Amino acid sequence: MADETRKRTHSQNPEPGAVNWDAVRGQFPILEREIHPGVPVVYMDSAASSQKPLSVLHAMDRYYRTMHSNVHRGVHTMSEEATALYEDARAKAARLINAPDPRECVYVRNTTEALNLVVSSWGRANLGPGDQVISTQMEHHSNIVPWQILRDELGFTLDFVPVTDEGFLDQEAYRNLLSERTRLVTFTHVSNVLATINPVKEMAAQAHAVGARVVVDGAQSVPHIPVDVQDLDVDFYAFSGHKMCGPTGIGILWARRELLQAMPPYMGGGEMIREVTLEGSRWNELPYKFEAGTPAIAEAVGLGAAASFLMDLGLDNIAAHSARLTRYAYERLSGIEGLRILGPGPDQRLGLIAFDLTGIHPHDVSAILDHEGVAIRAGHHCAQPLHQRLDLIASSRASFYVYNTEAEIDRLAHGLEQAVQIF
Amino acid sequence: MDQLYREAIIDHYKFPRHKGHLHDPDYRAHDHNPFCGDELTIEVKVDEEDIIREVAFDGKGCAISMASASMLMEEILHESVEEVKTWTRDDILDMLGIEVGPVRMKCAVLSLKVLKKGLYRVDDIDETLEVDSMMEKEG
Repeated sequence: MADETRKRTHSQNPEPGAVNWDAVRGQFPILEREIHPGVPVVYMDSAASSQKPLSVLHAMDRYYRTMHSNVHRGVHTMSEEATALYEDARAKAARLINAPDPRECVYVRNTTEALNLVVSSWGRANLGPGDQVISTQMEHHSNIVPWQILRDELGFTLDFVPVTDEGFLDQEAYRNLLSERTRLVTFTHVSNVLATINPVKEMAAQAHAVGARVVVDGAQSVPHIPVDVQDLDVDFYAFSGHKMCGPTGIGILWARRELLQAMPPYMGGGEMIREVTLEGSRWNELPYKFEAGTPAIAEAVGLGAAASFLMDLGLDNIAAHSARLTRYAYERLSGIEGLRILGPGPDQRLGLIAFDLTGIHPHDVSAILDHEGVAIRAGHHCAQPLHQRLDLIASSRASFYVYNTEAEIDRLAHGLEQAVQIF
Repeated sequence: MDQLYREAIIDHYKFPRHKGHLHDPDYRAHDHNPFCGDELTIEVKVDEEDIIREVAFDGKGCAISMASASMLMEEILHESVEEVKTWTRDDILDMLGIEVGPVRMKCAVLSLKVLKKGLYRVDDIDETLEVDSMMEKEG
């Protein structure tokens, strides 16, 4: 198993361009749904949560129908089968991000919980007055708020890398913030509003040069592009299952083994201990030290099936598909009167387009599109500081995934043109 | 197209009535919702018999919330404060003439909520909840 995971994910990709995307779309039964009579759904809210292919639905269904039982320590057939599936899914998730060892992959509920685990466990053990943590202005609230809470408790400094007018992290400002006081740098791989792909490898190297740890929020990247935590050379990498064709309630925190070993537990309870007496307890080995209580077993099985689904398609192929759709949508939406696209140009973004339509509130945009069956997101997308930077209260966001088509983007554009006409 | 965006709603959104501020209003209230960015201030002047004689609103928000405020200004003019205090969510929905789902309901009734806050002189933001429950009871 360890040998298998050391292989680079990229090399396992099928031939570039070999994917039949119509057939891929056919594996998502929810897309057959009509939102209004005769109006099929155009689902463009995958950055919030993606839809699920049959292979994931079947894997979870089969698990519950034929082998559900609690994992670990059960000495009966179904418990052994459940444990094997649960651990096999962890190995698949590890392979998806080229983690050197599945034992470095901790199951969590989602990216938010993964980040909170780092904050509560690593942060509490390693931060204090005089220390500095660097986050950025383009983060999701889940990579800002937990740090603010701990800062108020422990008294370290929390600084934010500003976003340039073009929608990139200000690299000069980042370099100026770094010092020997910097203990940790945390930032998103791909922005959930601007769609900016951040230079993770370069930023991580600069952080390491001053002795800081590096945390990356991979919620938007793992679904779309090949991620190799060894090549990126980061310390923590977090992602959710539900944005990458998997179920809700399951995600992964990957971290270097020596970091996880030194970190105190996040929650206490069953499974996370080796030995308990009334005087004290000793912790279980990795990753179970961080997995207190009966885990989300069926969800883990679903996550494993989703990881297989993506790896079978090939992450390079998925990235190319996302880039093609994004480029097409960028062109189509650029032609709409009064529409301002937030973030970088079409070749420097991935998977989504957030925009402001002059004079039309995002809720009105979304409501009008819903009438056309087009599902997008309207609001601040859990990134209020970024919207303050953009001088907006909210924005509209269309996000694309493996099942979307150019024809659907035409329907999006048509709906937006109608909104402009109405107002 | 969409019944939600019937012509009158769009008309009030694009050409709001009584938008602005009053000098020395008798009743005034403000509320905002950081989640959707809706923001609304309503000001009212009455005569000696507590009949509403001048109205103004100002704010930002979606078409439903802003059209609702604009229409409500027209509705309350020349009504007594006591009468307007009895108005409910249903009166607002009748006024809008559209079917509003649960998600947009708060947009639709923001105007009445702010107005009632003013008329009942509820300044404390925590008491807004009571205004909500007043609307429920009377609705």
